[in-house]
Amino acid sequence: MSEITDTLQTSVDNPVSGIDQSNGNFKYDMTYDFDAGTGLNERTVDYISAVKKEAPWIHEFRQKALKTFLAKPLPTHWASKDLETLNFDKIRYYLSQGQKPKRTWDEVPADIKRTFERLGVPEQERKFLAGVEAQFDSEAAYSNIKEAVSKQGVIFMNSTEALREHPEIFRKFFGKVIPTSDNKFSALNSAVFSGGSFIYVPPGVKVSHPLQAYFRINAENFGQFERTLIICDEGSELTYMEGCTAPKFSTATLHSAVVELVALKGAKIQYITVQNWSSNVFNLVTKRGLAHEEAEIKWIDCNIGSRLTMKYPGVVLKGRKARGEVISIALANDGQHQDTGAKMIHAADETTSTVVSKSISVGQGRATYRGVVHIPRHLKGCKNNTECDALLINTNSRTDTYPAITVRGDRHAVQHEASVSKVSAEQIFYMQQRGLTEGQAMSLSVNGFINDLARQFPMEYSVELKRLIDLEMEGSVG
Amino acid sequence: MSSLEIKNLHVSTGDKEIVKGVTLTINTGEIHAVMGPNGTGKSTMAKAIAGHPDYIITEGDVLIDGKSILEKESDERAREGIFLAFQYPSEIPGVSIANFLRAAIQARMAEGEEIDASAYYKRLYQKMDLLKIDRKFTARAVNEGFSGGEKKRSEILQMAMLEPRFALMDETDSGLDIDALRIVSDGVNSLRGPNLGILLITHYQRLLSYIVPDHVHVMIDGRIVKSGDKSLALELEARGYDWVKHEFANA
Repeated sequence: MSEITDTLQTSVDNPVSGIDQSNGNFKYDMTYDFDAGTGLNERTVDYISAVKKEAPWIHEFRQKALKTFLAKPLPTHWASKDLETLNFDKIRYYLSQGQKPKRTWDEVPADIKRTFERLGVPEQERKFLAGVEAQFDSEAAYSNIKEAVSKQGVIFMNSTEALREHPEIFRKFFGKVIPTSDNKFSALNSAVFSGGSFIYVPPGVKVSHPLQAYFRINAENFGQFERTLIICDEGSELTYMEGCTAPKFSTATLHSAVVELVALKGAKIQYITVQNWSSNVFNLVTKRGLAHEEAEIKWIDCNIGSRLTMKYPGVVLKGRKARGEVISIALANDGQHQDTGAKMIHAADETTSTVVSKSISVGQGRATYRGVVHIPRHLKGCKNNTECDALLINTNSRTDTYPAITVRGDRHAVQHEASVSKVSAEQIFYMQQRGLTEGQAMSLSVNGFINDLARQFPMEYSVELKRLIDLEMEGSVG
Repeated sequence: MSSLEIKNLHVSTGDKEIVKGVTLTINTGEIHAVMGPNGTGKSTMAKAIAGHPDYIITEGDVLIDGKSILEKESDERAREGIFLAFQYPSEIPGVSIANFLRAAIQARMAEGEEIDASAYYKRLYQKMDLLKIDRKFTARAVNEGFSGGEKKRSEILQMAMLEPRFALMDETDSGLDIDALRIVSDGVNSLRGPNLGILLITHYQRLLSYIVPDHVHVMIDGRIVKSGDKSLALELEARGYDWVKHEFANA
């Protein structure tokens, strides 16, 4: 029904040219059966709620969130003026071909199936995943969980289905970790959210292979607002991975997700993101986990691409001996701003948090680390260790670090280290003298810089990360 | 047989001319030692031949088998078979020696061709045994926290693995104690053969009693002022450079 177009508009309206985004930079011309139109008002929210056949409580929740969104100012006073260029009236908030994902790839419409095949999703599923959800614009096109895993009682579906099939669990945890009013974009997501994963792991169940979601934006002038809610019951364990891509358009695309994690007593959640957004995407995401007693939440966050990313995964350490960890890698290329970091809110004794952030700035790219560590006076035995390392590739690259550490009381241990280094001309010459091209030399330096973090990833993802970095660096030199 | 021809080479850094017309031909199978006091342009010449962007060749030519290499980037020159053993090798944090060499070898292969990992490691371990390098060494990041001796041995290991046609060895003996000097020299001697030409840059005769050169050249003030066989090195050792300088000044 449609033709594939490899979009080649790199130098037209976009300041970023020459970056190889070949992985995600293609689109299919789709016709959408469900389209909420352009712009945002109460009727947009009504439309979304209606096509999903939602219960009245969630419809009301959305309408209230819309009011909050409209009332809240943009956080431009502390981040980037670039946010002001976002025009909420020119965005399409809901596009889909239906609300029910397919259980086999054969049933998925041909163009959508081809998209995910090009991105390697079915192949990864066969190789090492326990389940996959593939979201195309506003809804999941495919969703499947291996029988062995669902037999253990694990629930894995998109939020649209979960609201219908498991309202009791959904409602109990939804919006509790990240309230609607947390920030303007969490309010926006709460008003128009669609898709995203819902996962429940029963007590004691350790899911042996990762569950994965892939978020694909295909349409122009579009906003993707997935909502993910993961609950790991007592003593259970889960690794969840998400990947994201979009084709490059000359107009802005918005991605604004909300991700809430709940790790009940002794549960462990590892949440891995490898995003490779095209350079016109505003990626404004709120991610937070709630760790109960002796639970552990670990965010591994790799931010490559996008025009502006603002994302600060956090952990609220609510129970005694809870542990939180954020490992983040950001690569800011020409014309890009990666404003990333972490939030660690200690709310119980003997809680431990670790933040390791590594950023790479290429050309005029800008990387910002913004962190919050909060330990109140009445607690004892809390520990935080924060390490921020920045690597500058060119003399005009930029990095900033804004750590906000509030520690009250004298029974805690807090450490903060930061470093900035630059790839030197001598280092590049040394590598070139061994036969590597300038691009290969840069790429090797960058991969070396993040090597100790990348080693902690599942193998398939560290290979993917290395490949993405190679692509970025190849395009960044002369 | 291949030849590296340096023809009337002039090299500047900034506004300053350092190398002022050097002519020298190195054939594979030969070792040429270039000796001379500090600051006479020996290292500058080596870096310029390797294509360092800070060293500008203002006149003359460098040719491999009659073809000029000056239009080529430093990495292309490396792949043509030029290897520079650095006096001060750079650190590459987080990149292991094994991965670095693997990337360097991969860069020499045709597109679509993949390195055979098990054969690669087998060869790497062979060369390491030859250079008396501990196997654990391969997992360490390139030159990071290496002692002077380890850095030089790592340079020789890279040379052994990359099999250049012409090796420019820049003060490979500096910073080595006598044991390390012997190990490094043994390594170089083991690589010696009909397919490798070596330009050995040194201040001291000491190195040349371990690596015996076929030709010795004395460089003073950016020019080669005297050439001879290995006996010239011994004469320099006995009489110092002043003798050559005087001879040069009077010439």
